[in-house]
Amino acid sequence: MHEVTHETRNNLPPTLVAEFTELCTHYPERRAALIPALHRCQEELGGWLSPETLEAVAGFFELEPVEVFGVASFYPMFHLRPRGKHLVSVCHNISCDLRGAQDILDEACKASGCTPGGTSDDGRFTLVRVECQGACTSAPMLALDGVYHEGITPEDVHRILGGVQ
Amino acid sequence: MTRESHPTYLLDRTRLHDSHTLDVHRKNDGYRALETILKEGHSPEQVIDLIKNSGLRGRGGAGFPTGLKWSFMPDANKDRRARYLVVNADESEPGTCKDRVLMEEDPHGLIEGILIGCYAMRIRAAYIYVRGEYRFAYDRVAAAIEEARRANLLGKNILGSTFSCEIWMHKGAGAYICGEETGLMESLEGKRGHPRPKPPFPAGFGLWGQPTTVNNVETLFNVPFILDRGAEWYQSMGTENSPGNILIAISGHVERPGVFEVPLGISAREVLEDCAGGVWKGRRLKAWIPGGSSTGFLPASEIGLAMDHESLKNARSMLGTGAMIILDETACTVRSMEILSRFYEHESCGQCSQCREGTQWLTQILHRIENGQGRMEDLDLLSSLASGMAPGKTICALADAAAIPTHSLVRHFRDELEEHVRRGCCPVPSSPGPAAAPPRSPSVEVKA
Ligand SMILES: Cc1cc2nc3c(=O)[nH]c(=O)nc-3n(C[C@H](O)[C@H](O)[C@H](O)COP(=O)(O)O)c2cc1C
Ligand code: SF4
Ligand code: FES
Repeated sequence: MHEVTHETRNNLPPTLVAEFTELCTHYPERRAALIPALHRCQEELGGWLSPETLEAVAGFFELEPVEVFGVASFYPMFHLRPRGKHLVSVCHNISCDLRGAQDILDEACKASGCTPGGTSDDGRFTLVRVECQGACTSAPMLALDGVYHEGITPEDVHRILGGVQ
Repeated sequence: MTRESHPTYLLDRTRLHDSHTLDVHRKNDGYRALETILKEGHSPEQVIDLIKNSGLRGRGGAGFPTGLKWSFMPDANKDRRARYLVVNADESEPGTCKDRVLMEEDPHGLIEGILIGCYAMRIRAAYIYVRGEYRFAYDRVAAAIEEARRANLLGKNILGSTFSCEIWMHKGAGAYICGEETGLMESLEGKRGHPRPKPPFPAGFGLWGQPTTVNNVETLFNVPFILDRGAEWYQSMGTENSPGNILIAISGHVERPGVFEVPLGISAREVLEDCAGGVWKGRRLKAWIPGGSSTGFLPASEIGLAMDHESLKNARSMLGTGAMIILDETACTVRSMEILSRFYEHESCGQCSQCREGTQWLTQILHRIENGQGRMEDLDLLSSLASGMAPGKTICALADAAAIPTHSLVRHFRDELEEHVRRGCCPVPSSPGPAAAPPRSPSVEVKA
């Protein structure tokens, strides 16, 4: 069995350690729980994966930190730098583009105070352009903190982002 | 409303109130096929034979015969290794959003399909790999799994039989390449989603090196209906070589975009006009994509084609995921192709130089044509680049997925490409012009 040192264990909240220990039982090899575990870390630990978080996760899975970094950096959903409090994702792929994604993006920039890929000065929003989100038949779409808003107009963008603290 | 004069089954239950709950599901024949198999003691081989005879073909894009795929799993008496079913719920092919409907509205139908598949292949553990963005679909399937477990439809000795099976949910993290079956398995093992060279094939060497079958959500969703109603019933719908109904997502410039259930072999025109209400705003059709972004652009003159594997293959396209994308006369096909090329560039895993470099070059060339800086030589350059990328030149078919629409653009829309070059700008007045550059880094840029 694996040995986890006190030091690394201490760096992950005990609730997550318990969760990941259970998660690992779903698979014959512990490492398979890595990506779901990274998701949970990102959700619970500030919306991004800091070097310290990656190191602690590496400790739990008994992997080299660089290995965990290599996995995390492969996947667009993982953020390896700090981001704003709320994440706004606008799909810019074909079906959304045909139904006005560019206008949605422009409005999202205005309403959030971000440029695509950037964070607003007040730290409230980070805005990203994303590939097809599987909402093509209700295009265009925007996701706020992972929640889909579909079939929207530029006016809707203001309403959706305006209601956010 | 859709005109559905043909028999339906896939979406019937999704129209019921609370269709995602076990209660509603069971009141509408749910789990009846599984119950029958277990109570009447059908053998796994019988189940595989029935699926073979039905002619069911995979709905994940390649259209491989499902019964045949199942029969590739090694004989469980001779090969005692653990074996797995992987459910491909990564659904990331632009235009495609049909598996989402099934998972959100009828998750128990998927679970029953998985259990029957596992029974037939003597598998005791299945993983559902759901794309990370599908939170609602994930939660719906996860809740259904819990309900099924409490009702002894899942876990040890299902419904008092000797059959035991577990289903685990697994969340992806936003990479299209993890929909490719070997990239998916790498990702499920906790690695980067780098596709593996084939052979070895998953049936011999799959997840953790063990015998594995990978099936799409909609494929498995068809299975209980076939068991319940028979191969003959199944073949009464669709065509001889592509039987059954299929979910078609139709998006873009149509009056009523949506996911519709139609028999395979239906004409694309019928889907466009009868299901989706025709091209929107009374405009004319310019181009259409038959089965997701990888299947290429077809001209309006080919809208009479039948939506089945053979007909679209003959038109040098593919049925793919059955996701139709409609472009009206105000759309610019060069811009749309630039968007697709940018997508493939962003999603290439980078292992093969033809794909890694080729997708970048395609994007750059398309960008400069759309931007008015193209040269006439660029048209042949696009074709020759695409020919250098595929088919069969790379580890996986992502390079093909970028090459096929490129070829189709040059083949069918050469005039429009040439006009861009001649005029030195995009000739389509309503087009927003060149698409934005792809994000170069997967992580978010932060202002200094
Ligand atoms: C680049 C690429 C992406 C793919 N993405 C998906 C996907 O998101 N969902 C899916 O079911 N199949 C996808 N496939 C096809 C799978 O590799 C595989 O053929 C399929 O899941 C098999 O299931 P089926 O036989 O039930 O169709 C993709 C293939 C390639 C080459
Ligand atoms: S073809 Fe492209 S995506 Fe597929 S393995 Fe090669 S580089 Fe990766
Ligand atoms: S293209 Fe935007 S959700 Fe599919």
